[in-house]
Amino acid sequence: MSLLKIKNLKTYFHTRAGINRAVDDISFSIDKGEIVGVVGESGSGKSVTCHTMLGLLPQPPAKVEGGSVTFDNEELLNLPQSLLRAIRGKRISMIFQDPMSCLNPYLKILDQITEPILIHENVSRKTAEARAIEMMKKVGIRDAEARAHSYPHEFSGGMRQRVMIAMALVTKPDLLLADEPTTALDVTVQARILKILRSLKDDLGIAVLFVTHDLGVVAELADRVVVMYRGKIVEQGNTRDIFEKPSHPYVKGLIACRPTLDTQYQILPTVDDFLKTEIRKDGSFILSEHPDSKERLSKLKEKRESSNKDISPPLLKVSGLQVHFQTGGGFLGEPRKTVKAVDGVDLQISSGQTLGLVGESGCGKTTLGRAILRLQKAKSGSILYDKNELNSLSQKEMIDFRKRMQIIFQDPYASLNPRQTIEQTLIEPMIVHGIGSNYSNRRDQIVSLLEEVGLGPEFLLRYPHEFSGGQRQRISVARALAVEPEFIVCDECVSAMDVSVQAQVLNLLRELQEKRNLTYLFISHDLSVVKFMSDDVIVMQNGKIVESGKAQEIYHQPKSDYTKELLNAVPKVSLSK
Amino acid sequence: MAKNKFAMGGFWVIVVMFSLCFILAWYCKDPNQVNLTNKFAPSSTEHWFGTDALGRDLFARILYGGQVSILVGLIATAVSVAIGIVYGSISGFAGGRTDAVMMRIVDTLLAIPFLVLVIVLQATLSDWSGDATRWIVENFKWDKEFTGRLTNIVPLFFALGLLGWLTLSRIVRAQVMSIKEREFVEAALALGYSKARILFRHVIPNVLGPTVVYSTLTVPGFIMYEAILSFLGLGVESPNSSWGVLIKEGANFLETEVQLLLLPGLFFSLTLFSLNFLGDGLRDALDVKAAKD
Repeated sequence: MSLLKIKNLKTYFHTRAGINRAVDDISFSIDKGEIVGVVGESGSGKSVTCHTMLGLLPQPPAKVEGGSVTFDNEELLNLPQSLLRAIRGKRISMIFQDPMSCLNPYLKILDQITEPILIHENVSRKTAEARAIEMMKKVGIRDAEARAHSYPHEFSGGMRQRVMIAMALVTKPDLLLADEPTTALDVTVQARILKILRSLKDDLGIAVLFVTHDLGVVAELADRVVVMYRGKIVEQGNTRDIFEKPSHPYVKGLIACRPTLDTQYQILPTVDDFLKTEIRKDGSFILSEHPDSKERLSKLKEKRESSNKDISPPLLKVSGLQVHFQTGGGFLGEPRKTVKAVDGVDLQISSGQTLGLVGESGCGKTTLGRAILRLQKAKSGSILYDKNELNSLSQKEMIDFRKRMQIIFQDPYASLNPRQTIEQTLIEPMIVHGIGSNYSNRRDQIVSLLEEVGLGPEFLLRYPHEFSGGQRQRISVARALAVEPEFIVCDECVSAMDVSVQAQVLNLLRELQEKRNLTYLFISHDLSVVKFMSDDVIVMQNGKIVESGKAQEIYHQPKSDYTKELLNAVPKVSLSK
Repeated sequence: MAKNKFAMGGFWVIVVMFSLCFILAWYCKDPNQVNLTNKFAPSSTEHWFGTDALGRDLFARILYGGQVSILVGLIATAVSVAIGIVYGSISGFAGGRTDAVMMRIVDTLLAIPFLVLVIVLQATLSDWSGDATRWIVENFKWDKEFTGRLTNIVPLFFALGLLGWLTLSRIVRAQVMSIKEREFVEAALALGYSKARILFRHVIPNVLGPTVVYSTLTVPGFIMYEAILSFLGLGVESPNSSWGVLIKEGANFLETEVQLLLLPGLFFSLTLFSLNFLGDGLRDALDVKAAKD
């Protein structure tokens, strides 16, 4: 007897550009006390499915075109809002991706957790508060009685997500919808949250519908998996079956294109290596296995000549670098505090190599990258680049080095000027640095540059918002390359992307490195990605380097406890449960 | 915006008002033709809206007055937008001490009632208007009466514009401060662009949208200030006409000849309403966040 049953559900968006079949004829069900993972890339319709169930979609533009959602033998789709409200938060609860914006900053934690009880049940405030504190303890908030009276900003991201979970579960729902609940969290925090969800499920016997883009998380947590692609379910089944012998080419691609700690590929396969998509005239599409996928894959596995460039002297040598921030001391007289974002860091990178820099949010890795490029003032220490001391240069003298050192940012939405066409964006650095003699000469150069990053010349006159995330990141790469640099800081440059796009961008970066003998400082919180990219790795915590060495050594014989903890927290696709 | 009926309605009212004031007015009677034997005439085919206390054609006076009122709104807005953008973006982009000093100046000016400042500045500018008239007539051989009227009105345009940028500069500054934290500005720094290039090519184009929208909402504000000043006898002076002047003149005969107040008042309110609706509609339509997706 299934708790929730979705049958032939169709949710379309009617927009000016036409009909977007966000959810197109999907069926699946969840049993009592079961965890079902819904996996898909952005735009695959996984969140829309969740929102449709609870009647949370704005209609129009959305419209449910057909199908049924039955919860405990009751049809949800035709339920009036007043009855739906009685179910939402009481029998079906939801937790969201961003615990920061989902908690009301003006209400104490205790008030927020008791609120759903008081709304849905006829109990006294005292009982409700007792239950809230009990639930806080269950989700692992220590010292719950005291902390219940604090405000959300006094909690860390992981703690806030626990509060959200407590809030969702305090009414003892039958079903929990979790929409990317761990995406914004660090790996170690994520591992703890997943553990809590699992134990709560056993404890309370709730069913969980876990929506995520991260296959690793699903493999850790879910009993069954539903894989969505472009609004359709391409495969569903037991977690073990899906990961061990996926049958659909898209699922195969999705599993393969994600770099893991034991990836054997030299170039990551992409979904296109597995999947052939034929789009018919009416907008529908047929997916089929790529005819020569096996051949393609074996080619990718071939070991490349690992060039030994270690003998060359370091291109960049940083020693004793310190960056401190002053906080407080404002108008209201908060105490002045010094935050040691980067606290005495030494590192070196040889020409043509990649140095991976791993650490959790707030460890100072981004600040370090910015300080090396002199975008952030360092307190002390030396940055020796090609035998020049950068720290003693004025901003004017830095301009020559700006041409040689570049940066690619995490968010390609934010890092391109929305009011400039791609042509303007790419030509401007050339003009500033005097590359190319005239317009047509420069234009030829940017056309070949775009080709190098896998885009055609037809994109030149478009604006950034007309591109997808992956394309935009290619454009930022092209812009960085426009000044022909030799050293590039990649600051979380694939973190905001879907795995299939991530694989393409990572491949592009490696290809460019080989072709142009680029040197990378590759900053990321994702250990698997860093391992795939890097020759050497350093691990950072609280502004200090806790471990450094060859990538292989660090990942196979980690020395420090922190590195071990990080490695253990990475969700493994290879199943061991 | 096509869906917003109020905004579209406002737009068409403005179009009609513009064509009346700037096209039809040329074919109207002389608004300054005094005819004391025909004062307070009722509406007729010759005088559509009747005549006023001096027998002047009211319809013509409303249209000519509209020219002055609308021009005050547009010119004062243009002047204040230009100053506000430059001042606000320099302040926001420079930050630190420069920003603090520039903003304290704005704070000080904002602390003084706006109308008082305008009256003082206008009086100062008007002191030169006699000299200016003479100079223009001597050098350009312009018509003396026309020049005199012009130099009576122009100080008001500039007094409003030169003081109206205060709030705008704060809006621009706030926008600039948020744009300057965006990664594309950092990317520009990393590419070695100069500060001036970053400010003018990357930051200012991105604050123009919201600024222009805000400034459409200041146009009716300036028209209103002109009317207030003229009503108090400090702005446009008779025999020049503006909606404020006409309302003031009409108010004298409120009990006997109510149309002298109502008709100019109707044109005035209709224009202000329409401009406000249009401004709101533009704000919704050009909302950068909404347009992104």
